[in-house]
Amino acid sequence: MIAKEEMSLKERMARMKVVEGSYAVAHAVKCCAPDVISAYPITPQTHIVEHLSQFVADGELDSEFLTVDSEFSAMSSLVGASAAGARCYSSTTSQGLALMWEVLYNAAGMRLPIVMTVANRALSAPLNIWNDQQDSVGARDSGWIQLYAEDVQEAADAIPQAYKIAEDPEILTPVMVCMDGFILTHVYEPVELMSAEEVERFLPPYRPEHILDPNNPKTFGAFADPSYFTELRYMQWDAHRRALNKIETVAREFAEQFGRWYGGLIDTYHADDAEVMIVTMGSVIGTIKDCIDMMRSEGLKVGLVKIRSYRPFPTEALRKALKDAEVVAVIEKDVTVGNEGALLTDLKAALYNTPARVPVIGFPAGLGGRDITVRDIRRVVDKAIAARDRGIEAEMEFLSLREDLL
Amino acid sequence: MEKLLAPGHRACAGCSMPTVINLVLDAAGPNTIVATPTGCIEVTTTPYPESAWRVPWIHSLFENAAAVASGIEAALNHFGKNHNVFVIAGDGSTLDIGMGCISGMFDRGHNVKYVCYDNEAYMNTGVQRSSSTPPCTSTTTTPSGKVSFGNPRPKKDMPAIAVAHRVPYVATASVAYPVDLRRKVKRAISIPGPAYIQVNAPCITGWSFEAGTTVEIARLAVETCLWPLYEYVNGELAGVKKIHVKRPVEDYLKAQGRYRHLFRMKGGDEMIRVLQQMADENARKFGLLYEGDVTCTSGE
Ligand SMILES: Cc1ncc(C[n+]2csc(CCOP(=O)(O)OP(=O)(O)O)c2C)c(N)n1
Ligand code: SF4
Repeated sequence: MIAKEEMSLKERMARMKVVEGSYAVAHAVKCCAPDVISAYPITPQTHIVEHLSQFVADGELDSEFLTVDSEFSAMSSLVGASAAGARCYSSTTSQGLALMWEVLYNAAGMRLPIVMTVANRALSAPLNIWNDQQDSVGARDSGWIQLYAEDVQEAADAIPQAYKIAEDPEILTPVMVCMDGFILTHVYEPVELMSAEEVERFLPPYRPEHILDPNNPKTFGAFADPSYFTELRYMQWDAHRRALNKIETVAREFAEQFGRWYGGLIDTYHADDAEVMIVTMGSVIGTIKDCIDMMRSEGLKVGLVKIRSYRPFPTEALRKALKDAEVVAVIEKDVTVGNEGALLTDLKAALYNTPARVPVIGFPAGLGGRDITVRDIRRVVDKAIAARDRGIEAEMEFLSLREDLL
Repeated sequence: MEKLLAPGHRACAGCSMPTVINLVLDAAGPNTIVATPTGCIEVTTTPYPESAWRVPWIHSLFENAAAVASGIEAALNHFGKNHNVFVIAGDGSTLDIGMGCISGMFDRGHNVKYVCYDNEAYMNTGVQRSSSTPPCTSTTTTPSGKVSFGNPRPKKDMPAIAVAHRVPYVATASVAYPVDLRRKVKRAISIPGPAYIQVNAPCITGWSFEAGTTVEIARLAVETCLWPLYEYVNGELAGVKKIHVKRPVEDYLKAQGRYRHLFRMKGGDEMIRVLQQMADENARKFGLLYEGDVTCTSGE
């Protein structure tokens, strides 16, 4: 752990407050002092915008808060505000994110460093308000950087980091901070709340080079014909490549100042000597860590790789972390209908051109808010060991399907 | 004064839209930011890496210019900056797909001046019907045919919708009346809050008229009373452009390919009568005629 300004445990305990996840995120946003906030209510994201509205109403936060007519307008208005030089924030989930789809690509293509929290929730139909990550995973190709949080503290701490990454002149790419809906947004946990002064020391003011300014008129959003389009996409792609380093650096800077480290692009748990490796992202990591502790006490060499940055995809980091594994199991809260889990495909692709031919199997789990239990994770590990010893039977399997309903 | 829209755009020869932009920008001046949705205006003025705009300009999507402008205005407010924020948009992006964003922008009362150049169809995608297309107009999605006189529906009354949102300044205008249009833009700027101006803007491609007659066509729309010029301030009708000699709608219809079928098809004359009634109704509703006014019945 890298913590220059490390405080004593007692000091830190004294700073801890038991707050709702949404409050912790809203508080972190407040500390980043966005100039314009624009969002539309949708469960389980609503509390975040309500807390922010209250901060504005109480004069604690000097932001323009736009009560827009839809998520589509929310993201569109931030495109305008960001182009006019404002630091911008939004949050949404599920159908709201889907309604933003067109604008997501637009914001990323116009290189506008907007930061948004996604309170992950399943997509309809059937209508379901509970947590899975189908929404943000479905937006993975929109050009946004995507960071996934394991707990409330991480979701809140990711906000200033997200701005620092997004606003870097080398990156200029919007960032989505994904946190599991309800599980993290509605839970009350002890959280160390940052202060505006601390964030000010961490996050430089946003000073964009290109803005809508009559004193220096510029054109935003021209159309590009085939002789230009590819290069503009390349530049976006290249910014993501640069972001691989930037995300690591910013995480380290954050740890140095705040004493809290969540990994850079990925993090690992008991990975060094692990024979069975689980790869996943989001709040299920807490359960998996407990489970690993239990299995380790039984002598099972199980380890974990947590994906913190899903886009850009941490190919190199994963290759390194998984090179000595004997089998890899992916648990993910999404599924590509017609293929397999998105993370499973991405991970297999990352490992393909390496000498290590470790078997990789995948498990869509926790869809529409179903609990992922210790027993489920145990089953995944059993199946992984079987795949290692006897060969892969099923590359992908829905975890704990209720056969009685099929 | 240097034109704020550089010469050399790529609109069709005879298009009225660049004239609308020039008139709006002349009146608004250089202290102006413009947001524009997808459409003819965008593709003809900003082929990357070129741009005809000498004011800051942004295009995002087909349906979100009002929301983008809302965000710009919010940011300017936050920074204490004072620039005019305009949307200049086609009728498709305004009356159809952009309606939600526009309604939201009106509702929130942003100080954004929204100018719709109304060429009465989706021109950029090849002349498809919009909800601003007048009845009996032949478009590529409402073509006239053996059993069709073209677009079957009335024109959506967007100015009335703006008035219903309590937009403090709402007006119609025409490229054929540049002084009137400039004055309306200036008046819109002088009144805080949102404004909506819908400008009749003939499209040579979609309307199919003789090159060089763009302004004449636009004037005929006004003189027939098919395009009444009026303004609403705080919900009250505050002014109309009176007509000295009211022309029959045939004069306007005959000059355009999109109405040619009305003069050829059986029953076309009945349709023309319906359009004439619409014009007469406009004249009555807005008080367009002077007392003892002349109504021409012949072509000239
Ligand atoms: C979501 C979406 N649907 C459809 C289109 C295709 N499209 C681009 S411009 C346009 C029509 C524009 O019509 P209008 O707003 O009247 O402007 P004009 O081209 O007539 O100037 C359409 C349908 C699009 N760009 N985006
Ligand atoms: S199609 Fe019509 S509106 Fe578009 S540039 Fe040509 S004349 Fe102008």
